[in-house]
Amino acid sequence: MTCNDWRSKLDAYADGELEPKDAAAVGVHLKSCASCAAQALEHVQMKRSVAVAGRRYAPSGDLRAKISKSVSAKSSPRKGWAWRLAAAPAIVVLLASLGVSWYVARESARRERVYSELADLHVSALASSSPVDVISTDRHTVKPWFQGKIPFSFNLPELQGSDFTLIGGRVTYLGQAPGAHLIYQLRKHEISVFIFQDRGAESVQTSGAMQANAFNVENWSENGLRYFVVGDVSASDVEALSKLLRDAH
Amino acid sequence: MEVSDKRLPAATFEDLALPLFDQLYNFACWLARDTVEAEDLVQETYAKALRGFSSFQAGTNFRAWMYRILRNSFLSSRTGLKTTVSLEEEDSEVTPTDTSTPESVLLSQADRVMVQRALEELPLRFREILLLCEVEEMSYQEIAETLAIPTGTVMSRLFRARKALRGLLEQKLQGGRRDV
Repeated sequence: MTCNDWRSKLDAYADGELEPKDAAAVGVHLKSCASCAAQALEHVQMKRSVAVAGRRYAPSGDLRAKISKSVSAKSSPRKGWAWRLAAAPAIVVLLASLGVSWYVARESARRERVYSELADLHVSALASSSPVDVISTDRHTVKPWFQGKIPFSFNLPELQGSDFTLIGGRVTYLGQAPGAHLIYQLRKHEISVFIFQDRGAESVQTSGAMQANAFNVENWSENGLRYFVVGDVSASDVEALSKLLRDAH
Repeated sequence: MEVSDKRLPAATFEDLALPLFDQLYNFACWLARDTVEAEDLVQETYAKALRGFSSFQAGTNFRAWMYRILRNSFLSSRTGLKTTVSLEEEDSEVTPTDTSTPESVLLSQADRVMVQRALEELPLRFREILLLCEVEEMSYQEIAETLAIPTGTVMSRLFRARKALRGLLEQKLQGGRRDV
C-alpha cells in the first residue's frame, strides 16, 4: 500500500472506527513512516481542538430547572402510571441492555481517546525544544512550582535508590482540565507522569495497565487525583515508577 | 452542575434524557447561533421527546434519537428554514487546500477562539457533523442515525468538513499570525 492509501484511513483511524485488525496495521505503518505519523498527529490535534472549541455554551440554571421540572412532573407516576406499569419490565430490560452496551463501548472509546491524547502530549513534550518548564531533579523544587498553576496539589516520591531521575515538569491540559505533566528518565528513556483531578467528562473510570500507541500506560486514581504513567519503557518499568508514586502518599 | 439525582436502576425518560441536557443545549446553540432560540429548541425537544417516548423503538440509540428531534425542531424553525437551503446545497469548496497542516493547532485561548470562529463560518452540514463527531463523540453509526443519512455519507461528509475546517484555519493562521 502506498502512503496515500494509508492516509485515506487516517480519519477513521483517529475516530476509532477501524476494525481492530486494520487499526493495528495502520499503527504499524505509522511507526515506520514519519510523514504519515505527522499526518495522524495532525488529525488527532484537529479533533482535539474541535472538541475543546466546540464545548462552548453552558445552559442557565433557569432553563435547567424548567426542563427538569417539566420532565419530572410529566413522567412522575401520577400520570400515565398504567402505561408505565405495563411497559416497565420491557423498558427496564431494554434500557439496561442499551445502557450497558452503550456505556461499555463509550468507556473503552473514551479510554482509548484519553490514552492517545496522553501519548500525544508525551511525544509532543519530548519533541519540543523545551520539554519542561521547571527543570529540576529535586522534587522539592518541582512540586512547589505547580502551586497556583493547577488547582490541586500532589506528592512526589523520593527517588534515591531507584533508577529513575526526575527531569522536571510542565502544566498540561486534558480536555480543558489543567494538570501536571512530570517527566522522568530511566536509562535514556523518558517517561511522562500526568496528574489530573479525577472528575469531569475526560476522566477515565477504570484503572489498570495497557498498551496505547506502542506506549505502556498505567493509570489509577488516588485521593481524587487520576494518575497516568506513559512511556516507551517496559511495562514493568512503568509499573515500578507507578508504585513509587503510589507510595509517595 | 449535577443534572440528575441518581436514582436506582429504574429507567425513566427523566433518567435518560436529563443527563443529555448540557450537551443538547451546547449543540442547540451551535445550530441556532442564538441563546434564546437555543433555549426554546431545547424545551421543544424535551417536550416532543417526552410525548414520543412511548414510541421510542427498542434497539434505537436514545442519544441519537434526542439529537434527531433537536435537529428536526431546528430545521423546521424559522432560522432553520433559512439554513435548510445551505444544508441541501451541493458542496462548494470553502477554500482550496493541500495537505499542509495549520501548524500545531494548540489549545491556547487564542486558538480556541480561532477554531470557534472557523466552526461558525462552516456551512451547517459541516458544522453539525464535526460537533457530533468530536464534541459528542458519536460513532459513525450514531451520527448516521442522528442525521438520517447512510454511514458512507457520514464518512465522506466528515472528510469534506475537516478539509473545509482545515482550509479556514489555514486562512486564519496566515492572516492573523504573520508575526509568528
